[in-house]
Amino acid sequence: MHILVCIKQVPDSAQIRVHPVTNTIMRQGVPAIVNPYDLYALEEALRLKDRYRGRITVLSMGPPQTEVALRKALAFGADEAILLTDRAFAGADTLATSYALAAAIKQVHEKLPVDLVFAGKQTIDGDTAQVGPGIATRLGMQLLTYVSRIESLDLDAREITVHRRAEGGVQVIKTRLPSLVTVLEGVNDMRFATLTDMFRAARHPLTIWNKEDAQIEDITKIGLKGSPTAVSKVFAPKPTDRRAEIIETQSGQPADLAATLVGKLFAQHSDLALSISSSSVSSARQS
Amino acid sequence: MTTAPPPPAARPAGRRSYKLDARLAGYKGVWVFIECERGQAHTVSWELLGEGRKLADTLKVELAAVILGPPGEAIRGLCDEAIRYGADLCYLAQDPVLSDYRNAPYTSVLTELVNQYCPEILLLGATTLGRDLAGSVATTLQTGLTADCTGLAIDPENRGLAATRPTFGGSLLCTIVTLNYRPQMATVRPRVMPMPTPQPERAGRVIEHPLALVEDTIISKILEFIPDERGQDANLPFADIIVSGGRGMKRQENFQLIWDLAAVLGAEVGASRPVIQAGWASADRQVGQSGKTVRPRLYIAAGISGAIQHRVGMDKSDVIIAINEDSSAPIFDFANFGIVGNAMTILPALTQAFREHLATLKRAC
Ligand SMILES: Cc1cc2nc3c(=O)[nH]c(=O)nc-3n(C[C@H](O)[C@H](O)[C@H](O)COP(=O)(O)OP(=O)(O)OC[C@H]3O[C@@H](n4cnc5c(N)ncnc54)[C@H](O)[C@@H]3O)c2cc1C
Ligand SMILES: Nc1ncnc2c1ncn2[C@@H]1O[C@H](COP(=O)(O)O)[C@@H](O)[C@H]1O
Repeated sequence: MHILVCIKQVPDSAQIRVHPVTNTIMRQGVPAIVNPYDLYALEEALRLKDRYRGRITVLSMGPPQTEVALRKALAFGADEAILLTDRAFAGADTLATSYALAAAIKQVHEKLPVDLVFAGKQTIDGDTAQVGPGIATRLGMQLLTYVSRIESLDLDAREITVHRRAEGGVQVIKTRLPSLVTVLEGVNDMRFATLTDMFRAARHPLTIWNKEDAQIEDITKIGLKGSPTAVSKVFAPKPTDRRAEIIETQSGQPADLAATLVGKLFAQHSDLALSISSSSVSSARQS
Repeated sequence: MTTAPPPPAARPAGRRSYKLDARLAGYKGVWVFIECERGQAHTVSWELLGEGRKLADTLKVELAAVILGPPGEAIRGLCDEAIRYGADLCYLAQDPVLSDYRNAPYTSVLTELVNQYCPEILLLGATTLGRDLAGSVATTLQTGLTADCTGLAIDPENRGLAATRPTFGGSLLCTIVTLNYRPQMATVRPRVMPMPTPQPERAGRVIEHPLALVEDTIISKILEFIPDERGQDANLPFADIIVSGGRGMKRQENFQLIWDLAAVLGAEVGASRPVIQAGWASADRQVGQSGKTVRPRLYIAAGISGAIQHRVGMDKSDVIIAINEDSSAPIFDFANFGIVGNAMTILPALTQAFREHLATLKRAC
């Protein structure tokens, strides 16, 4: 069994600060992490490897520093890591990203057939959830998005059955390999990498591919040039004409502030009283 | 988008190379994909028809609803409904193979319709179904797709779709255009756009698109559908009143103060993302760009700074009350009322004040 896991390196959003005056992102010193959603995909792949044996290849497209993310995946137990890096890939939107990744996956597949491709539900920076479906479509793989559980995998019959989150319920869906699975968050807990694992990963050779190595057929389809979408403008949200009326009282005591606020609220929005009393009554009835 | 957008100073890429070849220039009309499962349409589809109506009027073109599903009156009936919500016409494609949503047959039918009827804009809900389908359709058609938009408009200069969404990690929005490809595709999350008022007197046409799908050629099979248990999950998108807590609540125990106020108001409880990440509240309570979009009559935010990713999920609330220690917190820039103070003492006082006020109301009637 051979699983290929797509991971992306992203800035740690929890540590991003916005400059209070210019409203721009202060990127300096923000550490890069593996896209958190991709770790669920990697762990799910590792669990299949524990059960069925086989190989895991991790693939990431990004600048040379992405090596760090790939070494992390190696420390967790991936067998091989491929870094797809070339200035020509920069500025790609989802369509151009899935084109480059699909081309690389084709190359991997020729050396060792890929049974499953795993991706995260979405990235925390792009946040589109479109790259997974894009890769599947390009490679003609069966697409299984928002998978919460891998119910069974039959490598002989080449079938996989999964639970997938749909609107209003869960679909139990069975399909044929090869397929592309995007894994829902929270479905597993990532294992720990020991110090030995980390040392091993640090020494592990990485495969680094530029656009020639990945055998990109049509270079007009990668990077900024290959992206049908473009950012036309970046701006701060429109300041609203309302700035909050800050409630102040002489005492400044919580009880006075609260009473003043409630008084003003109902004076200015008398219709609110109706929805509050009706919903508090109805919820009281329910309980 | 997979990379961060260029800084504001960058040249506007949209204008730079905006040219359509003659074939694509012939693409006309705005389409909304009507999402239905088990004979029921998702409300996001009606919200999109409301928005699509405005785009179509600006462009002076027709608004079409695209309805895919199994044969039967239930799906057919959705055409009338779509017309009431603003569609001029419906493309209806029915086949038993389309009974449950599956990526492959839905992608092939929607792609076929696009190639045959050539719309310039195609909108889908950013639901699990819509995102799954939109990604495949855009890739098959080799066109641009902007996910999770919070605003849609027509650029008067070139009649192109200008799709706005928050950018990564900052309090900024960006507008994305699709340059030389058609249709221009976008997804929008539920409740981001207002629900249009249905107009019973509206009339429209239905164009039936015949299909000859063969189940045996479809590789994926649905073995079972396990419906979610009702009433278990929070129903934030349709709540009238929401009390939300943020990282400023400091500890899980303090989050009880949010629940206490919510109980008095008969409100749902919401939260910002850090609260979900800390495990103080379940994931279905997250409000914001990667959580739920809400439109209550009253939204009370305690210990929430008002970052853009939270704001886009709640700033369509009728009335916003913010409680924050920091008088310069961005949430005060768009709230209606604010109390600058410690949420741990303000919240219990507010709970008490509402309780008393509601008691007098009840006595009065
Ligand atoms: C791609 C992406 C998607 C995201 N999606 C979402 C989303 O869907 N929803 C979401 O909410 N966020 C989302 N975020 C995160 C968002 O950027 C903010 O980090 C988050 O909203 C901040 O949450 P907060 O306001 O609770 O915390 P903080 O920003 O840390 O603010 C805490 C606030 O509490 C105040 N405070 C502290 N102590 C007290 C006290 N005792 N009494 C009163 N006030 C106090 C502080 O003054 C501060 O204003 C997303 C981010 C990214 C990058
Ligand atoms: N540059 C990249 N390199 C490798 N995988 C990626 C890259 N971008 C996106 N992916 C994969 O596609 C998923 C969805 O990404 P997105 O469409 O950006 O939300 C991610 O969780 C990754 O698994």
